[in-house]
Amino acid sequence: MKKRKKTGLIFFPAFDWAISPTHPEREERLLYTQDQVFEEGLMDFDNIVEYKPGLATVEDINRVHVCVPDARRVITESHLISAGGAITAAKKVLEGEVDNAFALVRPPGHHAMRIVHGARGFCNINIEAIMIEYIRRHYGIKRIAIVDTDCHHGDGTQDIYWHDPNTLFISMHQDGRTLYPGSGFVDEFGGPNAVGMTVNIPLPPRTSDEGFLYALENVVLPILEEFKPELVINSAGQDNHYSDPITNMRFSAQGYAVLNDRLSPHIAVLEGGYSIEKALPYVNVGIILAMAGLDYSAVREPDYNPAALQQSEAITTHIHRTVDEIMRRWYHRREIAEAFRGKARYLKRRRHIYYDTDGISEEQEETVRVCDDCGGLILIDSRADTGRRIFAVIVPGMACERCRKEGEVFFEEIGKGKYHQVFFQDRDRDVYLVK
Amino acid sequence: MILGIDVGGTHTDAVVISDHQIQSKAKVLTDAGNIMGSLIEATEAVMRDIDPAALRRVVLSTTISTNAIVQGKTEAVGIIAAAGPGLPPALISPRAETRFVSGYINHRGLEAAPIDEGEIRRCAREFKEGGIAYAGVVGKFSTRNPSHELKIRDLITDGFRHISLGHRLSGHLNFPRRLATTYLNSAIWGLYENFVRAVTAFVERQGIKVPIYILKADGGTIEIGRSVDYPVQTILSGPAASIMGILSMTGGRDDAVALDIGGTTTDIALFADGVPLLEALGVTIEGHKTLIRGLRTRSIGVGGDSAVRLDGGRLEVGPRREGPAAALGGPCPTPTDAMIVLGLTDIGDRQKARHSLEPLAAALGCAVEEAARAVFGETVRRIAEAVRSFTEEINNRPVYTIHEMLEGKKIEPRIVYVVGGPAQGLAPALGKALECPYHIPENAEVANAVGAALARTTAEVTILADTERRFLTVGEMGLQMEIPGRFSKEDAIRIGRERLKETALAMGASEDELEMETVEEQEFNMVRDFYTAGKNIRVKVQIKPGLISPLGG
Repeated sequence: MKKRKKTGLIFFPAFDWAISPTHPEREERLLYTQDQVFEEGLMDFDNIVEYKPGLATVEDINRVHVCVPDARRVITESHLISAGGAITAAKKVLEGEVDNAFALVRPPGHHAMRIVHGARGFCNINIEAIMIEYIRRHYGIKRIAIVDTDCHHGDGTQDIYWHDPNTLFISMHQDGRTLYPGSGFVDEFGGPNAVGMTVNIPLPPRTSDEGFLYALENVVLPILEEFKPELVINSAGQDNHYSDPITNMRFSAQGYAVLNDRLSPHIAVLEGGYSIEKALPYVNVGIILAMAGLDYSAVREPDYNPAALQQSEAITTHIHRTVDEIMRRWYHRREIAEAFRGKARYLKRRRHIYYDTDGISEEQEETVRVCDDCGGLILIDSRADTGRRIFAVIVPGMACERCRKEGEVFFEEIGKGKYHQVFFQDRDRDVYLVK
Repeated sequence: MILGIDVGGTHTDAVVISDHQIQSKAKVLTDAGNIMGSLIEATEAVMRDIDPAALRRVVLSTTISTNAIVQGKTEAVGIIAAAGPGLPPALISPRAETRFVSGYINHRGLEAAPIDEGEIRRCAREFKEGGIAYAGVVGKFSTRNPSHELKIRDLITDGFRHISLGHRLSGHLNFPRRLATTYLNSAIWGLYENFVRAVTAFVERQGIKVPIYILKADGGTIEIGRSVDYPVQTILSGPAASIMGILSMTGGRDDAVALDIGGTTTDIALFADGVPLLEALGVTIEGHKTLIRGLRTRSIGVGGDSAVRLDGGRLEVGPRREGPAAALGGPCPTPTDAMIVLGLTDIGDRQKARHSLEPLAAALGCAVEEAARAVFGETVRRIAEAVRSFTEEINNRPVYTIHEMLEGKKIEPRIVYVVGGPAQGLAPALGKALECPYHIPENAEVANAVGAALARTTAEVTILADTERRFLTVGEMGLQMEIPGRFSKEDAIRIGRERLKETALAMGASEDELEMETVEEQEFNMVRDFYTAGKNIRVKVQIKPGLISPLGG
């Protein structure tokens, strides 16, 4: 018999919010999940407590993002509730009211990057990142790991924490050759100041429970063991399910429950998952039971047929190879970092970012100061085809004196010139300036 | 003219009301071993000078069902549960002989796996061989599709005295509660049916030929004959009677708090715009979480006779009661003794009250009056704090739409009603602590009987319409009907109101008290493969707890 845990549940299905009437991210999404969770009577367990979400604030968003032209213009009320729900989950855990918590909220957030011109991959703002920076601001926690188990690569979260040596981001997802957003390959391994702090586990289409759990046991858990985070966050997307309409994996409700059980996150936050009738009701019941330390072994989908979902030998071999390659990189991360940095004082990356949900194109040049003492000062020049061009000076969390000073000087000296707006963000001091 | 009777744990109260006035009232001690006897005694006392022919209706609130459960006077029940996957049986742990059989319905109300007739017959046979005379049938999502429950009932119908069906008892989703509710309904059916027969016979002997109603946990009434199949609905009608009584005596339309301060406990109830609040899912009795609609109350262990003591220098009031107040011969100081010392009430022996507080005063190093003020202050503080946390809990209940999140109603009590023995002494201080005016209703000692007398019939109907499947289900009625593809939320509400009216009339409501309201209306586009496949419509209509007429001032 496992030990019961006290689990907080923040359930906010936003029954009156949709991206558009037939969009996967619509009112109906958590309807059947609510039905199943209510019918199973999960809220009646003494160790499962439901909480109403709080509302996140614009300050909470500005601690993480640079929204163009401003936060209010890129979000709706539902984003404040969704991020607020994640923050509520964190508060309940960190204040010791519960052992762990699940924010079963929508809309999702893991495709939202640092700079926000609009919505991409159904996401406007990154609710986990907003929660994490809230945690750091209010509870002084440093080392945090995010394990993203959504079927789509968590490219937004990756972008936000790319340079952060104190945040480990691990994403397991259907590989970028076959699915949006087309990224998340093994060689995306963190920026020059945080090599190895981004770990991608691309899995081939038709990976089943066996493959996911293999990656968990052989990549996620060993790396977590070494990183020793104070807090583990699960971006709990549910679109790896075999019945999901927009992906190609073969994960099951049992698989999700086992994964959650073994990972034992402090906080889980819902991301994607669009098999609203055949998967989500069962996956969520499984996850809630697993988090609460209750027996989930009888949870299964009505059409569950493990034999038919079995992955092929070729897939198994492929996954083993990927896992070996990731772990080789992990053990050599210091050498990789040296090669990456060379003698450079600053490193640049240029990217084209497409906001598929809003149809916006962005050209971005990001410069980071190579730094041994912190995540490094970040300078971003971003131009979107909305006609807006902005410049952002980002002083990272737990910044060293040098990076902060350089950032402050840079912001003071830079003229508006060709930019519509120039932003300055300093997480440690909670400063957010616009000129 | 209306006769209202409340058989409570200690007293049985009866009132006769006519033209919004109490014509006559009576109070007798309840004989727990002979509830029928107490009922007859109170009725005879209150009807002494009243012509039975003038009566229009009789309403009864009784502890018969509650006592049966609390005292374990229940029958053995065999439950057949079609649960399907999900929670394992060990986590559901019903307190009845339960057989989990194959077959289940999914959240859409579709059969996900069929039942096995042989297995069900076998279960029924084993129950009967074990001497079990009462059965219950409960399916997962049976409120969405009752066909499994109905089929199982038909298979086992011979040889049981009564079979309760889960979907008939509530339209809410919650399988473990549905199991518990169904179990309790069957477990007290025999006892309750006996009681109904005895009451009916007595009333006939009295020459009373008007409808007899029973009060339910939600403060609504049901015609006695109709109540036979739903005995579990009549549990915890006592607290409901008290709240309806306070409502009838105050006629408030504001947010309000009602306090019933007894010897051992204080019961707190809240009104939103003058309507008593209901439990979200159902009441809890003896650890059984049920789906029985009931008024939402909070009980705390602070009352006039609560034992007062010092615990490590801290003044503790309650939760134990060691006996009556010291002034009335009790063993230890109580809030009532403090109120006597402070001149807030004038009962019992003032000297004994003072005397009981002396050790406390000595320990606190102060005068007896000051100790009394401390005890009184702590009593008020505890009650006020409980009211605030109860209100806060209700205002923080989870909501599921942005609209409710941002615009949802918040309860802010504007007046506090206080009843019970220590009401006079405590009410002014409680009003001050809660920052609102207080009111002590007249005739509060018979509030329960008045509440029963004036309560109207309540009912609830839950509708799920699925235009993709072209089907509509009325949960509580076990009804499924076809609907056209072009079917709207308004159509669902219209059907809901028709069915609610039908249900309420069958329960004994009269046409003029059918104040219906829609408490839930949701309409979802169902999109499959990127095209709209239909609409999923959810509607709940109810007749909320209320009065057929208020009591005049």
